Amino acid sequence: MSEEQIKNLEEQFEARILRDDKIEPKDWMPEKYRQTHIRQISQHAHSEIVGMLPEGNWITRAPSLRRKVALLAKVQDEGGHGLYLYSAAETLGISRDEMFEQLHTGKAKYSSIFNYPALTWADMGAIGWLVDGAAIINQVALCGTSYGPYARAMVRICKEESFHQRQGYEIMLKLSQGTQEQRDMAQDALNRFWWPALMMFGPKDEDSPHTAQSMKWKLKRKTNDDLRQQFIDQTVPQAELIGLTVPDPDLKWNEERQSYDFGEIDWDEFWQVVKGHGPCNKERMDARVNAWEGGAWVRDAAMAYADKKQERKAKQAI
Amino acid sequence: MKENLYKYILGIADNSLILGQRMGELCGHGPSLETDIACTNLSLDLFGQVRSCYQYAAKILGDDRTEDDIAMLRKERDYLNVLLVEQPNRDFAYVIGRQFLFDVYHHLFLTELQKSKDLTLAAIANKSIKEVSYHLRFSSDWVKRLGDGTEESHARMQEAIDGLWTYTDELFHQTEADKEMVAEGIGVDVTKLKETYYNNVAGVLTEATLQVPELKYFQKGGKQGIHTEHLGYLLAELQYMQRAYPNMEW
Repeated sequence: MSEEQIKNLEEQFEARILRDDKIEPKDWMPEKYRQTHIRQISQHAHSEIVGMLPEGNWITRAPSLRRKVALLAKVQDEGGHGLYLYSAAETLGISRDEMFEQLHTGKAKYSSIFNYPALTWADMGAIGWLVDGAAIINQVALCGTSYGPYARAMVRICKEESFHQRQGYEIMLKLSQGTQEQRDMAQDALNRFWWPALMMFGPKDEDSPHTAQSMKWKLKRKTNDDLRQQFIDQTVPQAELIGLTVPDPDLKWNEERQSYDFGEIDWDEFWQVVKGHGPCNKERMDARVNAWEGGAWVRDAAMAYADKKQERKAKQAI
Repeated sequence: MKENLYKYILGIADNSLILGQRMGELCGHGPSLETDIACTNLSLDLFGQVRSCYQYAAKILGDDRTEDDIAMLRKERDYLNVLLVEQPNRDFAYVIGRQFLFDVYHHLFLTELQKSKDLTLAAIANKSIKEVSYHLRFSSDWVKRLGDGTEESHARMQEAIDGLWTYTDELFHQTEADKEMVAEGIGVDVTKLKETYYNNVAGVLTEATLQVPELKYFQKGGKQGIHTEHLGYLLAELQYMQRAYPNMEW
């Protein structure tokens, strides 16, 4: 293809995105668009499956059968989200095995929030309420993203995530109506998860190098800082409603902006965890790698069996 | 009769509770995303069945005990599950072997329980059997895949079946509660399921190119609350919150 032809295709491509057309797997797309989408969708998929670990860790200890069933269903949904997202990324020409390889070697990232430990039952509430709550804010914006398979996966995922968020908030509500010990447990979980939840929106806009390009492709509809502000404005009243205190002494309603002003995020901590040195980065990766390597013989067996079955069928046909 | 019916329900529910707990341990650690989701799904189904049973048991008790009190606040010797379901997740072959050896029984058992004169138990059986038919298909398919897969998977699957075989005979032992419930037309005569069970199991094992073990020595005791050492650790996790924070609502 000549340079002019490529330029022409690029122009048509950008025009389609402007018109809000969806880009589909077989459509021509710039290589950078493909790579950026593989990066983001696989990162999202990895977040779902690594995210199964902190909550999965409480399944055996859930305090009641009702909570156990709800938690199992939630973690199962996350596995399901991982599946659709890996499938969406596969439409861009990468295999699931390659994506796992990138995760296991640290080349691909996942949401840093999952590198914080889930220490008490209240953390199941805080994770649902804050982490799924922050994820929804990010993801609702993505339901209108330009890449069709990703946008469609997001529509489905958002429905389930909003259910998870309500479920998490309901855990916190119940704790806040309970004994002093239960209220303390809820407050402690909020204290530990508040700041990491704010960090889920990524670095400040001025430190976010991909924002401009991503906005153009509708891979991002709002900037990190806008989304973070939206989350804070939405969540602070929810905390007040159940008698919990957001652990930020600088948090204050700003009448003029009709928004909350808030304190400085510890960006050193953010970068430390992103670079792999958070409290549970190693445990999470070890768990994934062990499951993958320890399960290799099972996957090999399934392949071998499928081949044998195919062969037998072929022989019968003859 | 009330005491025996209560014990009879516990026998049914405890099997699903303990197996559900074992499957729940695997969540996030499966050999592939699909199997991970499937194992979580089995666990979810089992806990759903368990809730219906304990809610019924709580009603029979007629005091202020709840499904959670019954599930989580008994002592080790008061759990009436068979030894098979409490065996640990040594590897995926053991997980599948345990599931399969239980599913074949569970399916036969529920098929009969649907005919119970106790309408609540019949309804629970009727609802559960749809899920258990899927469990049986899932575990049978995996026994075949692993048995007739690679040399390694064949060896592991055979080892799991051999290791778990000693716990199968107990499935067909009758307790006093069983005998009374059978006489009342409420319970299932498990002794009558034995032959079909071993035939069905052998059918799948043969198709999976596995040997049917010829072991003559079997373990028992679960139905009397005499368990293997594994159960205590499982209960420690299961009961942790209820023990550490008594009398609270969640």
